[in-house]
Amino acid sequence: MSEKERILEITHLVKSFGSHEVLKDIHFSVDQGDVISIIGASGSGKSTLLRCINLLETPTSGSILYHGKDITDAKMNIYAYREKVGMVFQNFNLFHNLTVLDNCMVGPIKVKKKKKEEARELAMTFLHKVDMEQFINAKPRQLSGGQQQRVAIARALAMEPEILLFDEPTSALDPQMVGEVLNVMTTLAEEGMTMLIVTHEMAFARDVSSHVVFMADGVIEEEGSSEEVFGNPQKEKTKDFLSRFRNL
Amino acid sequence: MASISEMSFWQRIIFLLQQYGSSYLKGAGTTLVIALVSTFIGCLIGFAVGIVQTIPLDPKRDSKVKRLLIQLSKILLKAYVELFRGTPMIVQAVFIYYGAAQVFDIHLGMWQSAFLVVSINTGAYMAESVRGGIISVDPGQMEGAKAIGMTHFQAMVNVILPQAFRNIIPQIGNNFIINIKDTSVLSIISIVDLFFVHKSVAGAYYTYFESATIVMAIYLTMTLIASKLLNLWERYLDGNDNYELVDKMDIGNQMHSAGRSAVR
Ligand SMILES: Nc1ncnc2c1ncn2[C@@H]1O[C@H](COP(=O)(O)OP(=O)(O)OP(=O)(O)O)[C@@H](O)[C@H]1O
Ligand SMILES: [Mg+2]
Repeated sequence: MSEKERILEITHLVKSFGSHEVLKDIHFSVDQGDVISIIGASGSGKSTLLRCINLLETPTSGSILYHGKDITDAKMNIYAYREKVGMVFQNFNLFHNLTVLDNCMVGPIKVKKKKKEEARELAMTFLHKVDMEQFINAKPRQLSGGQQQRVAIARALAMEPEILLFDEPTSALDPQMVGEVLNVMTTLAEEGMTMLIVTHEMAFARDVSSHVVFMADGVIEEEGSSEEVFGNPQKEKTKDFLSRFRNL
Repeated sequence: MASISEMSFWQRIIFLLQQYGSSYLKGAGTTLVIALVSTFIGCLIGFAVGIVQTIPLDPKRDSKVKRLLIQLSKILLKAYVELFRGTPMIVQAVFIYYGAAQVFDIHLGMWQSAFLVVSINTGAYMAESVRGGIISVDPGQMEGAKAIGMTHFQAMVNVILPQAFRNIIPQIGNNFIINIKDTSVLSIISIVDLFFVHKSVAGAYYTYFESATIVMAIYLTMTLIASKLLNLWERYLDGNDNYELVDKMDIGNQMHSAGRSAVR
């Protein structure tokens, strides 16, 4: 277990918006195959942390090492890095001018310069995985939220990323659609995909993740294995936060 | 033949049509060509300006020189937009046709001046429409594009601009219709457009009212046809509301044919 390769190592990460320090000295790392859930109250900085990791936000200070290289360095090729770090958003963010199939092909073709046929096969493979291959000719606005989110996952997978970031992937969904998306994510976790998941689905976080990070007010208040954090939380804030979900 | 002053209103209209029908048509043709070409060029200008105006600057990764150049272009383009939106086209026409020769010793023909004036005028209006069209596309889609490793320009070309374009077709149509009407001011630099024909014909026989009636009917016909065609175009671009489900059983065999891709 200790021989797993380290993918990300985050040290002293700080992010401020003006004078508002949203992330304060964050440290943590992601190893190959980790499934890490990030939980915490609204406004604690979970989304900001994910967005800093794929540089949708520019960190104010600190470093993010990707296989030992600091991607916050201005000389790093952030486009090549983002190819390797997929992201699934709360609001899906599919391309509304493209069909489901093209949503999954445009990245491999334009960014990875793959041949069209190859890109189509990749796209079909992952659309099959999320059970959306029937809808390849549909446009995003013709799909339900759950269907859109599954396509968004396939789009991210078609880039063959090393790690997938999820920012509350089920928060914008009706309850009956949450399950279909969580099922896909559970399958990915079982297959060994490295994932970093911001979620309010505590049962999912408890059952699927190898590691849980609890954030409060811009710091990592507590972290550990799923059993440790959910079964025997040490900090008052963690206990307090989890007590709200006790009726699960 | 009865003298023109003894004719009734309709007789005079028929007389004018018989005598000058082909002149009116030629004038209308000139008007249409100027409006069409200038709207097209104006759109190209508008897109170019709108695209530059929405380039984001990254203080960390972009070099100082690059940021300075982009910032400077944005200011110049803003000035261009304000100048041409804020002055009447008739004055711009005079300014360019006569001014270019006197001040810069550039001798533009009246046709060159006509296309130039209407194009850059349309460009100024379209620039703002394009910028608005770009901004109105949900920024989440730009983030989605960046998250799969696209550069700003890849995201613009593949995701944002096609949607911005669709959003501003009504404005393109509007500008085209405005141009059909506003080329009339070009008669000031002797362009023989529909309005110029009207002035000549009306002046020759003192048939202002009759000629104006004919000319209005022609303008209206052109603008009505234009807006109908634009409507059809919009509907064509919106495509079919339905999509076909692909049978799961078929997908194995059809891996290479299932689904049409528009990505080139
Ligand atoms: N672009 C921004 N500009 C200014 N402040 C921001 C920006 N983005 C986030 N913030 C602030 O940062 C703090 C953390 O926001 P963030 O979205 O990371 O929280 P979160 O933990 O993801 O919350 P939620 O569970 O509601 O999604 C909030 O106080 C928010 O107002
Ligand atoms: Mg959030």
